[in-house]
Amino acid sequence: MDLRFTPEEIAFRDEVRAFFRENLPESIRTKLTLGKHFSRDDMVTWMRILNAKGWAAPHWPVEYGGTDWDPVQQYIFREELLAAPAPEPLSFGVSMVGPVIYTFGNQKQKDYFLPRIRNMDDWWCQGFSEPGAGSDLASLKTRAVREGDHYIVNGQKTWTTLGQHADWIFCLVRTNPDAPKKQMGISFLLIDMKSPGVTLRPIQTLDGGFEVNEIFFDDVKVPAENLVGEENKGWDYAKFLLGNERTGIARIGISKERVRRIRRLASAEKAGERPLIENPRFREKLAALEVELKALEMTQLRVVAEARNRPSDKPDPASSILKIKGSQIQQATTELLLDVVGPYALPFTPEEEGRNEPPIGPEWAQMIAPNYFNTRKVSIYGGSNEIQKNIIAKAILGL
Amino acid sequence: MDFDLNDEQRMLKDSVEKLLGARYDFDTRRRISDSPEGFDREIWSAFAEMGLLALPFSEDDGGMGGGPVETMIVMEAFGRALVVEPFLASVILAGGILRRAGSSGQRAEHIAAIAGGEKLYAFAHHERQARYDLHDVATMARADGEHYVISGEKGLVLSGDSADRLIVSARTSGNQRDEAGISLFLVDAKAEGVSRRGYATQDGARGAEVTFDNVRIPASALIGTRDEAFPVIARVIEEAIAALCAESVGVMADMHEATIDYMKVRNQFGTHIGSFQVLQHAAADMFIALEQARSMAMFASMMVQEEDARERARAIAAAKVQIGNSCRFVGQNAVQLHGGVAVTMEYKVAHSFKRATMIEKLFGDTDHYTTRLADLGGVIGE
Repeated sequence: MDLRFTPEEIAFRDEVRAFFRENLPESIRTKLTLGKHFSRDDMVTWMRILNAKGWAAPHWPVEYGGTDWDPVQQYIFREELLAAPAPEPLSFGVSMVGPVIYTFGNQKQKDYFLPRIRNMDDWWCQGFSEPGAGSDLASLKTRAVREGDHYIVNGQKTWTTLGQHADWIFCLVRTNPDAPKKQMGISFLLIDMKSPGVTLRPIQTLDGGFEVNEIFFDDVKVPAENLVGEENKGWDYAKFLLGNERTGIARIGISKERVRRIRRLASAEKAGERPLIENPRFREKLAALEVELKALEMTQLRVVAEARNRPSDKPDPASSILKIKGSQIQQATTELLLDVVGPYALPFTPEEEGRNEPPIGPEWAQMIAPNYFNTRKVSIYGGSNEIQKNIIAKAILGL
Repeated sequence: MDFDLNDEQRMLKDSVEKLLGARYDFDTRRRISDSPEGFDREIWSAFAEMGLLALPFSEDDGGMGGGPVETMIVMEAFGRALVVEPFLASVILAGGILRRAGSSGQRAEHIAAIAGGEKLYAFAHHERQARYDLHDVATMARADGEHYVISGEKGLVLSGDSADRLIVSARTSGNQRDEAGISLFLVDAKAEGVSRRGYATQDGARGAEVTFDNVRIPASALIGTRDEAFPVIARVIEEAIAALCAESVGVMADMHEATIDYMKVRNQFGTHIGSFQVLQHAAADMFIALEQARSMAMFASMMVQEEDARERARAIAAAKVQIGNSCRFVGQNAVQLHGGVAVTMEYKVAHSFKRATMIEKLFGDTDHYTTRLADLGGVIGE
């Protein structure tokens, strides 16, 4: 047992870090540091920089344009990326639909979609949740009826993140309403967002931003060749996808970067005569949070090391710990930032491209309250923390 | 990076678990704890025969050359079985002092005696007023020709009542709370002027209050450099904390497993209580707290050999905070989920809970190390 990185792993980390330092556009880095939203162009630019280096989807198999990195290297890459801070490659493509396509899709789907995902030629979004199907996802109602070479899709999806930028949406649709179990009548369908009958309504989130949408399907004609895998097996593919999602969801690199930011800001910000960082109550809250984060980092490394001995299509149920603690810690970092900013949390400055009026209060303060509000989502999405506890109770504890 | 045990470590784990499985079940443990000495000399001999008491000492000193991972393996197994024998006191604390600061002659004599299990040692350091400050030492050692004369009182001497020899910290210069000016001495527990008042601890082990009244010892009893014992003491306490972290993981894992097993068989309202979601979530939260503690126990074992004192101190402080929080949470919930049976002396979880509670209080509690970590600038680093 040796929990330190090997010299080779440290050399790899330095290589990754240097690449991000030299190739991440400064304007994007600044937006992320300040907690601002990046644009569609920012994401496409960054994904293409990564793709040119062969790093757009490093966790994919080499034959599909991935790398042969082991789980430790994958971990190092991801954490360096988050800590840079650089945008995470759009998860809907490289982390969600991509692995489903190369694991369950046919050759034509692989050949067409996978290179386009890596190069961000297509922006993907996720059509899982519905107004009546949140945590109880399997109760979804969006209906796909086979007619000749097509499916006719009718229904509604919601919480579609960044759907306003999307070219494609991967959807869970009900193909057999009479299946003996509701999980057994679901299929995994790829739908072109430009198809007639697809409409999108933005939903403004509590931070004032536009991140999620409702999507309506009204007699949308989808070629049957866009079915992934077998009809009525979509629930299996969805479980596979959600398991993959959880391993990356701790976002330790983001939380580390935020902790460092908290320390920097609290050293500069005065509370009375002294810097805030010298306030005993504040500093001890920060120290306690750092302990939890360090523990989670070690837990993450244990899961990563264990992944070497685990078949890649069998996600570790311990990754539910990463989801629960990772989301709690992310929320706690935004909460502490709110404590740092103090009264200048109040002014609301709309984020608009090309806006050049000076902000009310310090610039670094602008996005802190919105980030705090926005980050409440992380314990809800990707299988809420309560669902994760159900998974732990059943899959690990056998209750 | 590698979290797997090597073959030798796996063998060590298997043999310790096998020994305890065969000879240290809960009823035996209760009987041992209730006996006049509060531990079992036959088990102690069995530990010695297995090489456990020689584990952390170098091969040059007649030891097994084990590192923190080996200690972690043994302590976790001891935690599961709630071992009360004086391993922490004799091997980790007193042995740690001798290993780090003893002269070659002292190591040859005393490490052999510890490793062979022939003599028991204890570390007489903590004093009533010191709380968790390792540098707060009022006990005095006055030079007198070729001798030192020690006077003072030590309050929490773990396993001190049965020890044959004591390692005593005493001030040879400076003021009560100075880091400089502390020295360490070997004192025979039956020397003239040493009086001991043994007591039971809450968690079923033993301790002693030891009074030194003009105890006269030869100058050769000094361990290490006069006035410069503080870094040695701090380092050995860090090792003891890493060991305690591992022990606590064993204690918590055992409590958690017992709780899950109980939830599967205890029936109420016509079904097993493990089917109730509110209890499932509590069990899941315990699991998370346990795994976070396990991660930090590993981290502590890794970092306890770090040479950078500041980095090491940050890591140990962070580990102790996590362990303290997890011990409380897992312990309290294990009792809660068991219901009435766990508030009796007849049930093991009650004893595990008490040990977990006392582990938090040993060598600095959660509040103490949270403050310390804040002073050290956190554990995440730049």
